[in-house]
Amino acid sequence: MSLVTLRRRYLDGETTPSEVLAKLAEEIVSRDPRTGAYLSSDLALALKAAAEADLSRPLGGLPIAIKDNINTLGQSCSCGSRFLEKNYISPYDATVIKKLKEAGAIPFGRMNMDEFAMGSATENSALQLTRNPHDHDRIAGGSSGGSAAAVADGTAFAALGSDTGGSIRQPASHCGIVGLKPTYGRVSRFGLVAFASSLDQIGPLTRTVDDAALILQVIAGHDPQDSTSLDEPVPDYAAGINDGVKGIRIGIPKEYFGEGIHPGVRENVETRIKQLELLGAVIVPISLPYTEHAVATYYVIAPAEASSNLSRFDGIRYGNRAQNPADIIDLYHQSRELGFGPEVKRRIILGTYVLSSGYYDAYYTRAQKVRSLIARDFNQAFEVVDVILSPVAPTPARKINSSNDDPLQDYLADIFTIPANLAGIPAMSIPCGSTSFDGSENLPVGIQILAPHLGEAMMLRVAKAAEGLPLP
Amino acid sequence: MAQGYEGKALASGWLLLKSSAMSQAHIDVRYVANLARLDLTEAEVAVFQSQLVAILGHVESLSAIELPDDITAMDGMRLGPMRDDQPHKSLLSEAMLVNAPDQAQSQIRVPKVVADA
Repeated sequence: MSLVTLRRRYLDGETTPSEVLAKLAEEIVSRDPRTGAYLSSDLALALKAAAEADLSRPLGGLPIAIKDNINTLGQSCSCGSRFLEKNYISPYDATVIKKLKEAGAIPFGRMNMDEFAMGSATENSALQLTRNPHDHDRIAGGSSGGSAAAVADGTAFAALGSDTGGSIRQPASHCGIVGLKPTYGRVSRFGLVAFASSLDQIGPLTRTVDDAALILQVIAGHDPQDSTSLDEPVPDYAAGINDGVKGIRIGIPKEYFGEGIHPGVRENVETRIKQLELLGAVIVPISLPYTEHAVATYYVIAPAEASSNLSRFDGIRYGNRAQNPADIIDLYHQSRELGFGPEVKRRIILGTYVLSSGYYDAYYTRAQKVRSLIARDFNQAFEVVDVILSPVAPTPARKINSSNDDPLQDYLADIFTIPANLAGIPAMSIPCGSTSFDGSENLPVGIQILAPHLGEAMMLRVAKAAEGLPLP
Repeated sequence: MAQGYEGKALASGWLLLKSSAMSQAHIDVRYVANLARLDLTEAEVAVFQSQLVAILGHVESLSAIELPDDITAMDGMRLGPMRDDQPHKSLLSEAMLVNAPDQAQSQIRVPKVVADA
């Protein structure tokens, strides 16, 4: 059931938030042991909020699951890490949580994730494995794998995730749901545990496009507590969402349809594009030539920022602290060695290396300039098209533990989602069919819609039109 | 220097994307880890050494790009205005100390930093 439908049922008196939460808790007990999406959930706290819910508000009484890197007062915020697992309780609400609560929503459930959002399979969570509800032998995607799996599994109506290089869109695609990464600065990052600050954005994972618009409407807007937050008015995202695609110019970048894409993914995405053309959209072939450098650029900038951001985890103020260190330096070393998992260590070392004396200009400054070229690619494309369509990921969800300890293979599979983060533009994934892959049938496939800066309204309009089409 | 990546769909359907040349990068993993205040085991050093050389091999493709003269870092990125530099309410120290691993007298307690005379 969608949030929109649930809200209507509340207003029609057919059910209550308390009844829905109790049912949801039963579903979690029944289904989540196999899926592993939830790290924790506080039903008593949620029921208290449900009893006081103001149903007249935009999200009145609607439970929303929260990725475990978004601070929610009084709840855990482990970031999927041993460093924060047992010894950190959020002392404040992130701005997005404050906005959800003001809109009447009930934050319910802390969702599993790759440690500090570093990963694309949720295999890097130090706490548990999350499995894809469509095939429990496969990854849910990541890093917002818990959020996506719960929505797909029917144990959450909607969730918040964070997206640094595709961490909302890729798991949404693998799990067959909707995932939206807003424009950089559209949604406050205050209270989101920072991974790569020039790339991170919070966004919704939902069952429908309307639900994504509903949540975005609430969480978008300027926040003085986030210096990167844009002070721009928030449009009514529902206003034009049903206007269709007649006359809309859709760019198809040739670089996103090259070699290496699974044929089932290609077929589903191309079918959906043809369907939109039949509805009156104008299909425009375009080129984004710097796309091929996006992964290399990202894996300089993101680890560099991560190595700086994660220096705060030193065992002093919060989180894991080593016992019996020889001195203060030993305390830092031991606390971090014991608290961080391998992917986090790998990226901290990589980031420290590219920022170190003698390498900074060769790696970091150059990557920032290539990032500008990638952003310029998009700016030029959006002079002739309204949105761009592409696959979300080259393949459907792979099998668990099939990356062969080669992190570069997983990094490279993010090629279609990373460019939007580097350019700061909005992008979303919506389901567009299913395909057979590597011994499994009916694995979900997603199509990505990219829009210009602050072009969420147009992106949602195209997404809504595409969502209503028959699946191939 | 690596020249970007090539993508090939294998018979299994699984995607293999790989760096097309070996890295010329040299990284002393233990030295860099020490800069980042990380102690690594011998096993971690061995694994990270080969993985990071492969990753840097891919990253080196950036050095082959001819950059236009007018391009700058973060060119065209929109950033919001900084807020006014005014005092404002923040969390009380009691709230901030809730998560401190060790505390005394409303302060965080740490191992002795100054050596004995």
